[in-house]
Amino acid sequence: MLFGFPLLSLAIWVPIAFGVLVLATGGDRNARVARLLALIGAVLGLLVTLPLYARFETAAVGFQFQELAPWIASFHANYHLGIDGVSLLLILLNSFTTVLVVIAGWEVIQTRVAQYLASFLFLSGFMNGVFSALDALLFYVFFEATLIPMFIIIGVWGGPNRVYAALKFFLYTLIGSLLLLVALIYLYNAADGSFSLLDLYRLPLPLTAQILIFVAFFLAFAVKVPMWPVHTWLPDAHVEAPTGGSVVLAAIMLKLGAYGFIRLSLPIVPDASHTLAGVVIALSLVAVVYIGLVALVQADMKKLIAYSSISHMGFVTLGIFIFNAQGLEGAVIQMISHGFVSGALFLCVGVLYDRMHSRMISDYGGVANTMPVFAAFFMLFAMANAGLPGTSGFVGEFLVVMGSVRENFWYAAAAATTLIFGAAYTLWMYKRVIFGAVANSHVGGLSDLEPREFVVLGLLAVAVLAMGLWPYPFADVLHVSVDGLLNHVMHSKLP
Amino acid sequence: MQLLYLIVPLAPLAGAIVAGLFGWAIGRRGAHWITIVGMVVATVASAIVFLDVLDGNIYNGPVYTWLISGNSRFEIGFLIDRLSATMMLVVSFVSLMVHIYTIGYMADDPGYQRFFSYISLFTFSMLMLVMANNFLQLFFGWEAVGLVSYLLIGFWYTRPTAIHANLKAFLVNRVGDFGFLLGIALILMYFGTLDYAAVFGSARTLAGNTIEILPGGAWSLMTVICILLFVGAMGKSAQFPLHVWLPDSMEGPTPISALIHAATMVTAGIFMVARMSPLYELSETALSVVMVIGAITALFMALVAIVQNDIKRVVAYSTLSQLGYMTVALGASAYAAGIFHLATHAFFKALLFLGAGSVIIALHHQQDMRHMGGLRKYLPVTYWTTLIGAISSAGIPGFAGFFSKDSIIEAAHLSKLPGAGFAYAAVLLTVFVTALYTFRLIFMTFHGTERFRGHGAHGEAHGHGGGHAHEPHETPAVVTVPLVLLAIPSVCAGWVIGPVLFGDYFGSAIVVAPSHDVLAQMGEHFGGVVAMMTHGLVTPALWLAVAGIVTAWYFYLKRPDLPEVVRRKAGLIYTILERKYGFDELYQWLFGDGAVRFGTGLWKGGDVAVIDGVFVNGSARLVGWFAGVVRFLQSGFIYHYAFAMIIGILVLLTMIFLI
Repeated sequence: MLFGFPLLSLAIWVPIAFGVLVLATGGDRNARVARLLALIGAVLGLLVTLPLYARFETAAVGFQFQELAPWIASFHANYHLGIDGVSLLLILLNSFTTVLVVIAGWEVIQTRVAQYLASFLFLSGFMNGVFSALDALLFYVFFEATLIPMFIIIGVWGGPNRVYAALKFFLYTLIGSLLLLVALIYLYNAADGSFSLLDLYRLPLPLTAQILIFVAFFLAFAVKVPMWPVHTWLPDAHVEAPTGGSVVLAAIMLKLGAYGFIRLSLPIVPDASHTLAGVVIALSLVAVVYIGLVALVQADMKKLIAYSSISHMGFVTLGIFIFNAQGLEGAVIQMISHGFVSGALFLCVGVLYDRMHSRMISDYGGVANTMPVFAAFFMLFAMANAGLPGTSGFVGEFLVVMGSVRENFWYAAAAATTLIFGAAYTLWMYKRVIFGAVANSHVGGLSDLEPREFVVLGLLAVAVLAMGLWPYPFADVLHVSVDGLLNHVMHSKLP
Repeated sequence: MQLLYLIVPLAPLAGAIVAGLFGWAIGRRGAHWITIVGMVVATVASAIVFLDVLDGNIYNGPVYTWLISGNSRFEIGFLIDRLSATMMLVVSFVSLMVHIYTIGYMADDPGYQRFFSYISLFTFSMLMLVMANNFLQLFFGWEAVGLVSYLLIGFWYTRPTAIHANLKAFLVNRVGDFGFLLGIALILMYFGTLDYAAVFGSARTLAGNTIEILPGGAWSLMTVICILLFVGAMGKSAQFPLHVWLPDSMEGPTPISALIHAATMVTAGIFMVARMSPLYELSETALSVVMVIGAITALFMALVAIVQNDIKRVVAYSTLSQLGYMTVALGASAYAAGIFHLATHAFFKALLFLGAGSVIIALHHQQDMRHMGGLRKYLPVTYWTTLIGAISSAGIPGFAGFFSKDSIIEAAHLSKLPGAGFAYAAVLLTVFVTALYTFRLIFMTFHGTERFRGHGAHGEAHGHGGGHAHEPHETPAVVTVPLVLLAIPSVCAGWVIGPVLFGDYFGSAIVVAPSHDVLAQMGEHFGGVVAMMTHGLVTPALWLAVAGIVTAWYFYLKRPDLPEVVRRKAGLIYTILERKYGFDELYQWLFGDGAVRFGTGLWKGGDVAVIDGVFVNGSARLVGWFAGVVRFLQSGFIYHYAFAMIIGILVLLTMIFLI
């Protein structure tokens, strides 16, 4: 711990505390103060996570920066935090994205500004909580708590059909995760009254119990990822959510599901994970191919990117369940990259939407003529989404393909079709929106990026290129954690 | 020297970044100066490296570690040997010529700085591709040149045809890359590394391995890997049936047609297979596939060139056909001949394209040869240089194309692999067709009646429109000087055939199994350049070429009415050729519209109807219906409850008494 500071607690509670402060500024009369406070909170939240990377010991086995304090004594539930390489990267991504979202919503949101910004700060803190919890109950509480701010973000600042979308999002994910709690309580009893993940990792379980627990976990996490066929909440949620909501939803919230697989499913029920891996892989490949084709025919840009997200997350679940180092590292890197790229794409659509108030591809055409700088950024992110080498989008897909061929040639072949589908749906959209002659007078009157938008997209562009050209530092923190995880998966826990 | 290796790709990259990001600040002159200086530096550095490599120095080392994952280490690094040094020199020289030429060609274009940025970025990517010492970096360069090609084909992004062509090019190439990536994945799986030296070193020990792709069928590992890699080459080097993108790529400005879609990028597949010769030599099946695909491409694409009227499209189909030649050479294990033809073709094809571009500028962006003719006296430099390119292309002894092409024909003749007979017949017949379409171009453009008056330009972006008020005149020096500089190697480059093909020029860079070594057989009879030329006089190839030229002369100068007659008589064949065998329509229907139909079906049928309609909203409706039933029961009227209680008690009593 740096100078004795509990860094993980700071990563969780700094954004939340600032969220409270921002809320305290009250109505929109104090919007300027609220924005400033939110920015300070987000930046501070990012700053306190940087020492985590700097002081992370890449060679150390187990969880680092641990904090342990009693929480609910009667349940033996503890406030137990700690991270490995996987959590580290996700915490950094989350805190980074929060800063971008606060800047991106700066002038766009004009009503209930304080509440809007506070929701994002709360959300950021809760998600850091999920990524650092080592106590199952604490994990569950943070996991469910993230639903509330996102529900509010979509339901209050969303589009015309926001109530349907918010409810669908809330019920879908809540119902999915109800059995998660049941499974955790079962484990609590089986482990003689412990919610500690470290205890649960050592707990022997018969196969039937493992399979039931796996299914309970799976429902919760698969909805969140989302995996085919429980994905249909995502396009609706994205379409109705405000830009910032879409960014956080795609960049971070979807990762909660994949993170759950990594943190809970694989190490706690390894035998069931092996038994059911085929099902998960099949669903992942369906996501890559089926969803790739569905993305191709979307008329709404946000829906297209939402479907693209599902397809990309298929790579993540595929990588996790082929149980080798390249697959797992590829999955985590894909999560981080997808955070950058999908966030950037939603911001790009937001830039257009703020000007034209339309997300329909057919309303655009020839944007490059009036917004050349924007077109260049959009091109970069589109190419990253299509997995072009040199951008972050390539690294994870490459590793997952390399890993899955070891398992089965056809897994790799089906996954590699994303080279074609990903390019097809992304670039066809790009062509219709950006290229061509100026389609109508609205496009003709567009103005190029403002400095604020330039900064946000510029930061993401740097991230996308840096990770694509030199992913080494990202993978470096993963090796030991991934080895540890594979070690858990390889050892049967049957009694 | 290692610093020099870095300078070669980084100088163009620096130029690209400055011209791309700060083009608005440095202006048009600044943009072309910075990129041309970068290219001069790269060319000079490549020449120094080339001379150093000729001295016998080979370098193989890493630049930085890209990623470590599992047990695999992925590095960015350089392998500088005879093969890569030759490619570096060809790429940087042609690129420099194209940079200079662009000053004239793009003079009025508003996207001037952007264009220079792109072509320098392309040169960087291509150099990284040829200098790679591992498959990962090869794939990086491979996709990066594809990206720049995409950007440049769609350079005039307001034109619907251009943005259709660039999307098509990218997607067709991605189909190839799909195979390529899987090939790389299998290599990593079996060899545990992507480093060339390590892979080639242990290739022989893995040659006997089989792999079960389909249940029950054990295939040779090397065959599977080599064919998968070749699928990538088919995309990039536009081999049948993935050739469809290259003709459409002519929508881009002419300088990039010369640089990317003739001289350099499209030869990446040829280079790749030659680089992988230690693997291909282990699979005769793969070599046969390569040879047959190449032969099909060479012949059938050449036939299409005869009926094209757009001057650039003629040269484009010619490129496809010549790429087919190179592929045949690879399949016949005459890798050196393939690379040799790659180099001579780079010069004479770049020359033909730039010559065509010069004509296009002079006629204010007119590309239709039916509206040209008699330009010889207005464009003397362009005429003579283009003629040199044409003669070289047709394979007349003494010119560069003769030596490389004749070697390939001879190699196919000597090869004993299955399919070699077909390949030999195809490439031989193609000689006639090549001479025919090339001289058709020369005669229709530069000779005969002047047909360019009174035809408005409807070619590239910004024609003047309307007729020509003044006579066409020779293009400026920035255009003609590169033509002259390219004409020189189009003549002379072939004279080094002795050492290159038969003198172990490539050394360890190319491996050929003794039983496949057709070049060694040819080398036994090789008695020098002059002897080869005199021998050429008695081979069928030369007489086929002469026959092609004479036919072109007869049909397009002597009796210009004849083509129309032939066209009417051979209506079906003509239509098939003019429609390019219908591949565009087939692919559009099958893959383009097919994917959209299928995707719509999945979306409307799967997501909307079944998942959301039945399950999600269905369960919501179920809850609603159930709630409605429950609500009906809880009506709030006391007598309803009392009635229900009485019924309940009756049921209970009945059950108790009955049991």
